[in-house]
Amino acid sequence: MSRWRTIVVPAAGLLAIWLLLQGSLSPGSVILGAILATGAAWVLMALDPPASSFRRPRAALGLAARVAVEVVRSNWAVAGIILGRGRRPRTSGFVRISLDMRAPYGLAALACIITATPGTVWVEYDSSENSMLLHVLDLIDGEEWVRIIKERYEAPLMEIFE
Amino acid sequence: MNPAADIPLWVAVPTALLLLLGAGLALVGSLGLLRLGSFYERIHAPTLGTTLGIASVLAASMLYFSALQTRPVLHEILIGIFMVVTTPVTLMLLARAALYRDRTEGSRDVPLPSPPPQRPGTDASAPDSVIVQSGAEKGRQGL
Repeated sequence: MSRWRTIVVPAAGLLAIWLLLQGSLSPGSVILGAILATGAAWVLMALDPPASSFRRPRAALGLAARVAVEVVRSNWAVAGIILGRGRRPRTSGFVRISLDMRAPYGLAALACIITATPGTVWVEYDSSENSMLLHVLDLIDGEEWVRIIKERYEAPLMEIFE
Repeated sequence: MNPAADIPLWVAVPTALLLLLGAGLALVGSLGLLRLGSFYERIHAPTLGTTLGIASVLAASMLYFSALQTRPVLHEILIGIFMVVTTPVTLMLLARAALYRDRTEGSRDVPLPSPPPQRPGTDASAPDSVIVQSGAEKGRQGL
């Protein structure tokens, strides 16, 4: 089952990329894309990628929508900080967050989400402690950020990937 | 013979607005590189251009070329996906390099690696390494 999935999931992704690049759903591009995607996914097996479990696509969609809202909101906030609106004293700083999630794809998704949200940067990951170092541009309360990352992002990601 | 002249107004206006928004965000991000104080603050600024900025430009591109070619043009989605997936790699590389430099220099502004280690600070270890080095120097001179 897991061996079957490690071929089919990347192959489906590659086929989707191929069809998007071709910009057509004609039988010719579907067949050629399917052959190429299967071959490439077969080669990928040689790299022995870590096994993934992706469940609950509905939760993933909900998370994506929330992240999109958050990206727009924090773009606005960071643009305001750069242009010096408000002029209140602002401190930036580091927050260390100990994570419960171990799934490698979940951690990668968390890194993408945190980086895609302006104002927060994933700086460092400690695999022995399973903790990450976050740098926040407008740091008011460190505990608040721990709560935001763990509740808003880590919990749904653990549902999806673990 | 400008193909843009044939674009209906209801496509042209949102396209122009999205392009302006994307360009404006990229500009503000670049301004942030100039205005923000420390390296770790400056690293936040360009993410404006790589998130909502690029999303606006890509949406404008999809809208414009879909209207121009009268078929859905969607391959810009791929650019967006690859931007989102690859930006953290560069950002982390830069941030970790800066963190490594600051820790080596014994800066008080950056946190130590976890768990909070009980190793002596750089102030205490520095004289040791100096002594070792000078000993080695002496040995070499003696030979």
